[in-house]
Amino acid sequence: MKRILLSTVCVAVLGLAAAAVEPAQAQDQGSVEVLHWWTSGGEAAAVGVLKQDMESKGVAWQDMPVAGGAGEAAMTALRARVTSGNPPTAAQLLGMSLRAWAEEGYLGDLTEVAEPEGWDSVIPEPLQAFAKYDGHYVAAPVNIHRPNWLWSNAKIFEENGLTPPKTWDEFNQVAEALQAKGIQPLAHGGQNWQDTTVFDDVVLGIGGPEFYQKAIIEADPEALGSDTMVKVFDQMRKIRGFVDPNFSGRDWNLATAMVLNGEAAMQLMGDWAKGEIIAAGKTPGVDILCTPAPGTEGSFLFNTDFFAMFDVGEERRPAQLIMASAAMSPSFQETFNLAKGSIPARTDVPGDKFDECGKQSMADIKAAQEKGTLMGSLAHGHAQPPAVQGAMFDVVTNHFNSDQSSADAAKALVDAVAAAQ
Amino acid sequence: MAATERMAGKRRLANALPLFVLSPSLLMVTIGVYGFMLFSVILSFTGSKMFPRFVFTGFDQYERLFSNPRWGVAVQNIFIFGGLYIVLATILGLGLAILIDQRIRAEGAFRTIFLYPMALSFIVTGVIWQWLLNPGLGLERLVQGWGWESFSFKWLVDPQMAIYTVVIAGVWQVAGFVMALFLAGLRGINTEILSAARMDGAPTHKIYTRIIIPALRPVFLTAFVVEAHLAIKSYDLVVALTKGGPGFATELPSTFMYTTTFTRNEMGLGAASATVMLMTLAAIIIPYLYSELRHERRG
Repeated sequence: MKRILLSTVCVAVLGLAAAAVEPAQAQDQGSVEVLHWWTSGGEAAAVGVLKQDMESKGVAWQDMPVAGGAGEAAMTALRARVTSGNPPTAAQLLGMSLRAWAEEGYLGDLTEVAEPEGWDSVIPEPLQAFAKYDGHYVAAPVNIHRPNWLWSNAKIFEENGLTPPKTWDEFNQVAEALQAKGIQPLAHGGQNWQDTTVFDDVVLGIGGPEFYQKAIIEADPEALGSDTMVKVFDQMRKIRGFVDPNFSGRDWNLATAMVLNGEAAMQLMGDWAKGEIIAAGKTPGVDILCTPAPGTEGSFLFNTDFFAMFDVGEERRPAQLIMASAAMSPSFQETFNLAKGSIPARTDVPGDKFDECGKQSMADIKAAQEKGTLMGSLAHGHAQPPAVQGAMFDVVTNHFNSDQSSADAAKALVDAVAAAQ
Repeated sequence: MAATERMAGKRRLANALPLFVLSPSLLMVTIGVYGFMLFSVILSFTGSKMFPRFVFTGFDQYERLFSNPRWGVAVQNIFIFGGLYIVLATILGLGLAILIDQRIRAEGAFRTIFLYPMALSFIVTGVIWQWLLNPGLGLERLVQGWGWESFSFKWLVDPQMAIYTVVIAGVWQVAGFVMALFLAGLRGINTEILSAARMDGAPTHKIYTRIIIPALRPVFLTAFVVEAHLAIKSYDLVVALTKGGPGFATELPSTFMYTTTFTRNEMGLGAASATVMLMTLAAIIIPYLYSELRHERRG
C-alpha cells in the first residue's frame, strides 16, 4: 500500500516537473495577436475585414477578444499579459489609457511605417497627440467617434412643429413644449459615463470651446470653479427634469430604443447610436435626425480607438508593422468605419459611401480642425487620465442624482480634481 | 540489524509523507493567499498608479481614502447593508427554521423552496431583483396594472433608498441557508430536555426563549460569521442590481476597490481600501477562530 502511494507521489512530482520545463509555445513566424473588445455583431465583422486583409498578406491573425464592461475586462487581461512579460502584438486602447501605456514604456516604435506612408499629413493633430509619444508613433488610430450628437425622433418633431434645438435655451423650450404635451423629452441612462457625455455637451455648449479647453482638457481650477461652471450645473439640473423617473442604470442602447420607438423625443449620445438605429431598420438623418448637441456646432469632441503596438521584440516586429500599415490603409478605414458608425481617422478617405450623419461628421471635423475646436471627450477618455476622469465622473453623477446646489457641485469638482491629481 | 534500519527508514518516510504531500498546497496558500495579502498591504503605502511602483508615501493613500466622498458613502453603506443583512437574515432564517421544525407536512419541499435561492449566483439574484424592483417593469407596474394607480415603489431609483433594495435581494438569497443552519441546530437539541420542560408545564414560547434559543448559541455564531463575510465581500450583487447607482449611492467598499484599482489606475488607493477591508474582516474572524480553536483544544 505504502509503495503504491509512494510511486503515485513520485509520478505526480515528475509530472509537475515535466509541466514546468515544457517550453513556452513557440510563436509562429509572422503572426499577430490582437486584444480587443469589438465583440458585438457589426464590430466583430469590421475586425474580420482586417483579419482577412492580414491573412492575404501571409500573416496569421490570433484573435483575443475580451468581451464586457466597455473594455474594463480587456484592460485587466492586458495588464496581466504585459506584467508577465508576454504582451500581445496590438491592443485596442482609448486615448488616455494609450498615453498611460506609452508613459510606462511598453509600446513599440512605428516610425518605419508612419514616415514613408505620411501619417503626419492625414491624421488630425489632436489625434496625433495621442498616437505619438516622445516624437514617434506608438499606435494606429482606426476611427473617430463623435460623442456630441443630439438624436431626435423626426416624426415627433414634425407632428409638434418643432425643430431640433441649436442652443441650450432652445433645448429647454423644446423640452418644456414636449413635456406639456405629455411626451418624454429626453431618453437617458443613469450611468456615470452617460451623465458625463451630457455634461461634456453642456460645458462645450454653454462655455464655448475655449472654456472647454481650460476646464476639461487643462483642468484649470479657476475655470472648474467659475460662474460658468455653476451655470453648467444649473443646466444639468434642468436636464434632470426632462428625464423619466426610471432612468437609473439604464444602458445607452435602451435609451436609444426609446427614441426609436417614439417613447422619447431626443437622446444625447455618440454616433455609435447609429448602429442601433440601423439595426431597427430606420435611417439615420431621416427617421432619426442627427444634429450637433445644443450649442456645440462648430466644435467636434472626439473619441478614437487606437491599435496600440507593444514592444514585442525583433522576431514579431515585421508582422506588427504589416498590421499597422494595413490598419491605416484607406480601404480598411473605410470598410471598418462604415460598419462601426464612426468616421475614418485619416482625413483623405472619400465620404460618398457614408450616410448623412457620417458625411456631416466628416465636414464638421475639417471645419473644427481649422478652427482648433477639435477636442478630446472627457466622458470617453480623451481629456484626463483615468484618476482625474473618475473624480470628475463622481462629481457630475452625484450632482445629477441628488439635490446638491450648482455652486456646491462646482466647488466639489475643484476639490475632487485636486485630490486625484 | 539491516532489517531494523530499513524499518526505521520506512517509518521516517511514513512520518514525512503527509508533510511532503501537503507541501505543494501549503506553498500555494502561503504565497497565493498570505503572500499577496502582504503585497497589497505594502502597495497601500506606495504611490502606485497603473502598475506597482515601490515609491513609499507613508499613510498618504489612507488620508486620500478617508477624504474621498465616494469612500465615505461606501463605508456608510456597508454598515447599513451589513447590519440589516445580518440581523434580518438571522431573524428570518430562525423564524423559518422554527416553523419548519413544527413537523409540518411536505417539509422536504418547503426546505428545498427556501434553500433554492442559495443555489443562484449573486449575479442572477441581482438581475431578478433589478427587474422586480424596476418601477417601469416590475412590482410597481404590476400593482398599478391591477388598478391601484397610486401605488409607488421606487426604492431602486431613489438614491436615499437604493441601498435597502440591495438588503432585500441579499436577505432573500441567504435566508434559506441560514434557515438550514438553524434547522440543523434545532434537530440537534436533546428532545428529552424538551419533554421534561413540557412535563413541568412550561408554555411553548418559554421553551423557545429559555431553552431552545440559548442552546442555539453556537449556530448564531456560525450564522453571524458566514453572513458577515458575505456582506463585506458582496460585490456582484451590487454590480448586477444597481451598478453602484443611482450616482454612487450604492457603492460598497468592494466595488470601490475594484473601480479604483482597475479602471482608474489608482492601485495605491485601491490597495489602501483593500487593506481597510481586510482589517475589518480580521477583526470579526480572528476572535471567532480564537474562541473556536480554544474550545477544540479543551475538548
